[in-house]
Amino acid sequence: MGIKSMKETDFHVSPDTDRQKTNIVLTTVENLVNWGRSNSVWPLTFATSCCGIEMMATGASRHDFARFGVEVYRATPRQADVIIIAGTIVHKMAPVLKRLYDQMAEPKYVIAMGACAISGGPFFYNTYSVIRGADQVIPVDVYIPGCPPRPEALLYGIMQLQRKIQQGNIAAGRIEPVDPEEYPEPPKVY
Amino acid sequence: MDNTNIKEFVARHIPEATFEENKQFLSATVEPSKLHGLLKALKENPETLFDYLFCITGADVQGKLMVIYHLESTTLKHQVVVKTGTPDRENPVFDSITDLFSGAELHENEIFDLFGIIFKGHPNLRRMFMPDDWKGYPLRKDYTDEVNIVELS
Repeated sequence: MGIKSMKETDFHVSPDTDRQKTNIVLTTVENLVNWGRSNSVWPLTFATSCCGIEMMATGASRHDFARFGVEVYRATPRQADVIIIAGTIVHKMAPVLKRLYDQMAEPKYVIAMGACAISGGPFFYNTYSVIRGADQVIPVDVYIPGCPPRPEALLYGIMQLQRKIQQGNIAAGRIEPVDPEEYPEPPKVY
Repeated sequence: MDNTNIKEFVARHIPEATFEENKQFLSATVEPSKLHGLLKALKENPETLFDYLFCITGADVQGKLMVIYHLESTTLKHQVVVKTGTPDRENPVFDSITDLFSGAELHENEIFDLFGIIFKGHPNLRRMFMPDDWKGYPLRKDYTDEVNIVELS
């Protein structure tokens, strides 16, 4: 199934994003803003294991996700728009990930790349140190399965995120506001 | 020195040591109380000159907590493995060898963190990978954690 075969309604994940409820005066401005946001999604330089290698390959010349406006890795969360969780999140890493996410400026997006970031992956059983999915720490917009996913899969995930951003409502702020009860501050270990 | 000579050397120092040999290494198993003296002799004797400790391993083998030292001589080009173990799981204490090989410090720290083996004489024994308030030693065979570990039957 190609990305063009997916209908816009597939991305209506919450009432906030429903185009029908948008203020008519704002729609043109909104289209412009969403066009801009979706075509310059800058990721954070953040990778915790082997998925990071695929992420680097996606950024390098052969696959080159700058073609999609994911122009450059930013080494500070304050300049990044998306955090690609590429790899296993262990209990000691969780507070760090949460802090990085909190430091990013709105609008911010999260891609969970690979089995570890989705569910803990191969470390789901018989381990004392791994968090079973990054979505237990921060909210995730797009999940990309694979172990690790190929660069094409990451590109597809990024295009899905762009579709999701294009559904965004600038008046409503973030697509899904973070509920502090659902994502509490993880315990500090340092 | 070849393995036969090293074996004689170790047996001269510690007559009750037991030996086994595989394709690569000669390994000697000694009591924990004799370990520090043996490693000191192996390091300082001009015949052996084991000046390079290239690995320390912690292990939980058949109820015994073990520490395994791999030694090499950079001048004489020979290797030996020294093993020691204790069945005491409540309070396993070994002598630290950081005074002989300062590179052992982080290895011993890691073994303490994951196996709970205490190294007497270590300058700064602390939790390294696990959080400071972690209970238990996760690489022991009898470690259980109902929250985080899903048992596969």
